[in-house]
Amino acid sequence: MRKVVISGVGMTKVDQHFDRGIRDLFKEAVVKALDDSGNPEISHYYVSNAYASLISDQADLGPFLLEYAGCGCTPVTQIGGACGAGGNAVLEAFEAVASGKSDIVLVGGVEKMSDIPQKQVTSVQSTCMDQEYEANYGLTLAGINAMAARSYMQQYSATREQLALFAVQMHKNAVKNPYACLPFEVTTDKVIESFPIADPLTFLDSSPACDGSAAVIMTTPEIARTLTDTVVEVAGVCQSIDNVGISERPSLVTMRSTVDAAEKAYSMAKVKPDEIGVCEIHDAFTITGFIALEDLSLVDRGKTGIAVEEGTIAKDGKIPTNPSGGLKARGQPGGATGVYQIAEITQQLRGEAGGTQVEGAKVGLTHNISGFGSGATVGILKR
Amino acid sequence: MSSARIWREIPQRYRLEGTKCAKCGTATFPPRSTCPKCGADEMKLYMLPRAGKIVTYSLIHSAPEGFETNVPYPVALIELDDGTRITSQLTDCENSEITVGMPVEMAVRRIREESPSGIIVYGYKFRPKVRKS
Repeated sequence: MRKVVISGVGMTKVDQHFDRGIRDLFKEAVVKALDDSGNPEISHYYVSNAYASLISDQADLGPFLLEYAGCGCTPVTQIGGACGAGGNAVLEAFEAVASGKSDIVLVGGVEKMSDIPQKQVTSVQSTCMDQEYEANYGLTLAGINAMAARSYMQQYSATREQLALFAVQMHKNAVKNPYACLPFEVTTDKVIESFPIADPLTFLDSSPACDGSAAVIMTTPEIARTLTDTVVEVAGVCQSIDNVGISERPSLVTMRSTVDAAEKAYSMAKVKPDEIGVCEIHDAFTITGFIALEDLSLVDRGKTGIAVEEGTIAKDGKIPTNPSGGLKARGQPGGATGVYQIAEITQQLRGEAGGTQVEGAKVGLTHNISGFGSGATVGILKR
Repeated sequence: MSSARIWREIPQRYRLEGTKCAKCGTATFPPRSTCPKCGADEMKLYMLPRAGKIVTYSLIHSAPEGFETNVPYPVALIELDDGTRITSQLTDCENSEITVGMPVEMAVRRIREESPSGIIVYGYKFRPKVRKS
């Protein structure tokens, strides 16, 4: 298996881009990534997207996006998997280079959520759930997370304030991120008192569904040396799954998919959890962030509330978590999220993350899930 | 949802028909053709118990299409008397009465106010336990 490195990244601001279509967003990210990597010739494109066929009535995104971005007659593979599409595409691209099939690949994630009202967003996001036995009964993704939050608080005597404090930290991080959707600070009171989405979770416990596009270029270390001076190694990337329906899971405070993908990724990268210097995790809701940190073995079971209170997950803490602001405050551009995470950690390890820079980070982790962890991809990057 | 899709799920929705592995005894809901525990392809029809208790719950305020008029409505993860779990809406109770551990039982209720195909979907909801076991 060949070593794989990242030679270029590009992102658009995560936002409600009412004035721009899905093609414009994709093109901006791709052009930025190509420029960042010395404009190499790409042998294969991977496009990740969750909901364009539902929101924009646009299927067959590959040719639709590539032709507009001026990418020429290059093979393209479209990859889905709801909000985990980005991670899935990163895995495919990695394997294409590692196996020797392709020399230089580009993964472009893109999502356009703002063309439909919130009510429809809730329905669209529910498509990642078991339609026949859960969504059909009026359960929502927020509802599943809310039930998990109630179980977590009861099982570990965690407080509502601790959950809210996670959102406070994410918003604080986002203030320094020029690509963030919600770059403003909030207080724990404001989080708890904002309008309810699924009791006990509120609007400010939830990540905003946004528009955005991110692109990363992967190649071999030998080729990368001819393109750029700043490469980051993809030391491990693994994916796993859990039951889609939550009633068949033994517990709501852990996701088997994350636990399994993380174990395999740590082993593949020969890295221990305590070596992770920075991470971008999938905090679709505040509670999802808690569960992720514990499933990734970054925080002990039931201790995330205390870790948040003690500043462990802050930018200058022991486990700097989501310096971008995470899904909570950078925003949640569906199938692009997993690609944003790779781009952000790459910038961190290059020391080019600007105001969000974590000092001295050498190893970074990304964690992207679909639904309530039906699928999970964990990536480990090294400087 | 299409009429065929609603029709083929009637045994589960109206009667809680699940499956049980003839080899290792694992019960599943929804029904399966292969046992998720031992891998045997010997799943037999199994009627789930209709009573259980609430494991965890939420009140949905931000509802998907078709459920907007009912907000806030309660949903719960329920553990039935045999240990099988099911997700369901709760009914016939005030939202403020709901607690973790509360005994509940199945009832058949209207699920969706209106489906795009015009069919009214009925199915199980769970209510505070009134029948004697």
